[in-house]
Amino acid sequence: MTVKRILGLFNDFDQATAAIRDIKNADLPHLDWDDVTIKSPIEHHDVESVLGVRPIPIRNYTLVGALTGASLAFLGLATSQGNFFSQLKGGKPIIPLPPDFVLTYEMLILGGVYITVLGFLISAGLPTRIKSDLYNTAVSEDQIGVMVKSNMHCIAEVRKIFERHNVLSVQEEVVAQ
Amino acid sequence: MSSVTEGKEKDIREDIAWAKINRDVLASLDRPRATYWWLFALAFGMFLVGVACEAYQYDTGLGVSNMNNPDVWGLYIATFIFWIGMSHSGTLLSAILHIIHADWRKPIYRFAEAMTTFSLMTAGLFVAVHLGRLWQIYYALPYPNERWTWPNFQSPLLWDAMAIFTYLSSSILFLYVGAIPDFAICRDNASGWRRTFYDKLSLGWMGTDRQWRNFRVAYLVIACFLIPLAVSVHSIVASDFAMSQQPGWHITSFPPYFVAGALYSGCAAIITLFIMLRHTFRFEEYMTMPILDKTARLTFAIAMVWTYLNLIEYATVWYGADEVAKETLIQRATGPYSAYWWAMNFLGSVVPFSLIVKKWRANLTIMMIVSLLLNLGMWLERWMIVTPTFSHGYYPWTWNHTFFPSLVQWGIVFGSFGWFGMLFMLFCKLVPSVSMYEVKEMVFHRKLAKLHAREA
Repeated sequence: MTVKRILGLFNDFDQATAAIRDIKNADLPHLDWDDVTIKSPIEHHDVESVLGVRPIPIRNYTLVGALTGASLAFLGLATSQGNFFSQLKGGKPIIPLPPDFVLTYEMLILGGVYITVLGFLISAGLPTRIKSDLYNTAVSEDQIGVMVKSNMHCIAEVRKIFERHNVLSVQEEVVAQ
Repeated sequence: MSSVTEGKEKDIREDIAWAKINRDVLASLDRPRATYWWLFALAFGMFLVGVACEAYQYDTGLGVSNMNNPDVWGLYIATFIFWIGMSHSGTLLSAILHIIHADWRKPIYRFAEAMTTFSLMTAGLFVAVHLGRLWQIYYALPYPNERWTWPNFQSPLLWDAMAIFTYLSSSILFLYVGAIPDFAICRDNASGWRRTFYDKLSLGWMGTDRQWRNFRVAYLVIACFLIPLAVSVHSIVASDFAMSQQPGWHITSFPPYFVAGALYSGCAAIITLFIMLRHTFRFEEYMTMPILDKTARLTFAIAMVWTYLNLIEYATVWYGADEVAKETLIQRATGPYSAYWWAMNFLGSVVPFSLIVKKWRANLTIMMIVSLLLNLGMWLERWMIVTPTFSHGYYPWTWNHTFFPSLVQWGIVFGSFGWFGMLFMLFCKLVPSVSMYEVKEMVFHRKLAKLHAREA
């Protein structure tokens, strides 16, 4: 069956969210809700309530990054101090805890930030190439896009719903035959 | 240009169209006022003066700077601290105000973040410059080798290197991640090499709900990391002094005093650059007078915190039992550097009172002059921490009350402002210095709030 993608551009969030609500209420067969996407110039919290809860795994990356940074720092420092610098200490602690705490603290932040950025890129699907014809530059300006991927019958229904909500323009593309 | 309703000026007009925001900000990348080129030429000229002085010092040796025992840090390390301090502006405006939802920061945080990055890059130069012959940095690198230049983990100087590296790389990432949606706007409106440039930087951003959702959390998390990081960076820089036994430096309140000084000079610099950018890029509708007013009030509040901590420092030394430290304090107020010390106190603690006059806060010329004076005071503060203590330390046979920096030192310090200015101006020509998507959010939410208020 032909799988298509449709993008409707709306003037504001109210129209776009109303259209999405109607798509949801229409209970269209073969529509995977994860294939409904909003494209917008700014972030809007109402979008989340309409689309439902979708995962944001970044905090897990942050936790792993911070813990990895801190453990690597402390273990790395302690190991190198114990192996290379013990003869220079002149009776002072071989692994001095207060200075190592400062360096561990810095590495905790460094690891946390780096891995958060990595997590952001992975979770947001970046970097990516804009291959689809359905990208419209109006989205980065002032229009709200609603994009749906499904079979052609479902797309036809979605188009009708878009039109009921004063869509400004509609674009379609074939994803798979 | 900001509109006035019910007798109160707004931070921004809610009726600005989103498309207009794009147009206005993108125009700043293409058609700045002629002032931009004058400022760039001035910064470049200053940078060349610095390069010439550095080349002379490199070729001749550190003696041409007049630095010798006991003052082995001179203006270089004083200016290093100054630039590290300036870097706190971005953290304050971007991270702290972001977390407390102060949305008036939105039109001005991007250039403050850029200030953070370029200030740190400028500060880093002084570590190398103060060595005189630059290749000596190789001999100072602390790693286990046959020269036995082992890292001293107990030294705050080593912590400094780690903290500054963390701060620089994190603030670059913070600046970059926060600008990705704007790079996408630039990509969609650019042509030629600029399109390729922004296409690479935007990473294929399309503004999907998945991207925005993750973007919001990532930005917030990095902001949360940056706040303790910024505090730790300047606390560690303060520890370079406070953990030594030198009179005038061995003071417990030094870390918060340094952090307050850093936020203070950063805020004052934001005012200076705010006024410059507002004029140069025709940002009158975005960098509005109410926002300048808020920044000025914030600066005043931080100035008072700094003043309090400064007085605490004097009181601690005065009423403490350390006679040598007390003598150094008296020497600062009455010795060869007294004029600079009194100027620092006047500029740092008295001049900010001009910010309580509402009429003056609304005058761009006065605000420009005041912000420059405040930063002059903060630069003097750093110099008055370094040099008087070195020139009048514990041992009388090390005293040198005649030390004064040579023209070479002044030239390099002068050049550092040119280097910073040049990088900053280049940045503003390549990256939107007003965050377009955040200004759109600000306009949108304020419009919504107004509608709700009307309905209520």
